[in-house]
Amino acid sequence: MLYRSVFPGDLLAQLERLQRGMRAAPELSPSIRGLARGGFPAINVSAGPQSTEIHVFAPGMNPADIELHLEKGVLTIQGERKAEAPAGDEKAAVHIDERFSGRFRRVLTLPEDADPDGVVARYRDGVLHISVSRKQASQPRRIDIQ
Amino acid sequence: MSTNNGNAARPDEAVRQDEVLMPAVDVFEDEGGITLYADLPGVPRDRLSLHVESDTLTIEGQMSPELAGGGEATHVEVAVPRYRRAFTLSRELDVDKVAAAFEHGVLRLRIPKASHARPRRIEVQVG
Repeated sequence: MLYRSVFPGDLLAQLERLQRGMRAAPELSPSIRGLARGGFPAINVSAGPQSTEIHVFAPGMNPADIELHLEKGVLTIQGERKAEAPAGDEKAAVHIDERFSGRFRRVLTLPEDADPDGVVARYRDGVLHISVSRKQASQPRRIDIQ
Repeated sequence: MSTNNGNAARPDEAVRQDEVLMPAVDVFEDEGGITLYADLPGVPRDRLSLHVESDTLTIEGQMSPELAGGGEATHVEVAVPRYRRAFTLSRELDVDKVAAAFEHGVLRLRIPKASHARPRRIEVQVG
């Protein structure tokens, strides 16, 4: 039998989560697809002159279990994270159960000048780093004066 | 109520230096001991630190600086680059026999049941 104990850590973690949500700057790019704060996986996006860098915080995944799709400028990240169950012990107790498990799906709209052929994804230390380069024509360049 | 001084340093910038994220954990207990899983995405193995002193286990991790990304942050859900969380251990747990593994940003700790409590550092092994 699994049971959940009333552990103060649960409450603290929830407060921390709440604070994290409030801390997130509200003025940044409201998207019609929503931001799903506190969802899994957490996502950071930064825009550079040559590329858009996306960091997806999805620890404990097998990279093969993460699916990335890019269609019409919309990037979909989905997969499934398996739960770590206590190893078949009937007397095992679950004291804290905070980590996400199950299927997840997050959708991002890429900037209009994103190059669909210039997407590189790499998984390291539990973070999926997706680098989307901008089309050559829209990169900043110096114009020679004749 | 935000004021439009985007370039000015935020008043809470100094406070942010001390801010940490609390990693999500799972804790299971069976007859032999306690198993703890902690999500620490973005932390390389050499920036993870585990510390046991008397009856407190502290997990700390610093994210790789590469995660700050280049350019301007346009969407931020992980705003602080470090994690910290402490747990109080009960006396029957044997802190001398803690086994730790860290892979893909997930820390797995196995703390068997026994006695004793003295400060020591735990080596992280390749999981």
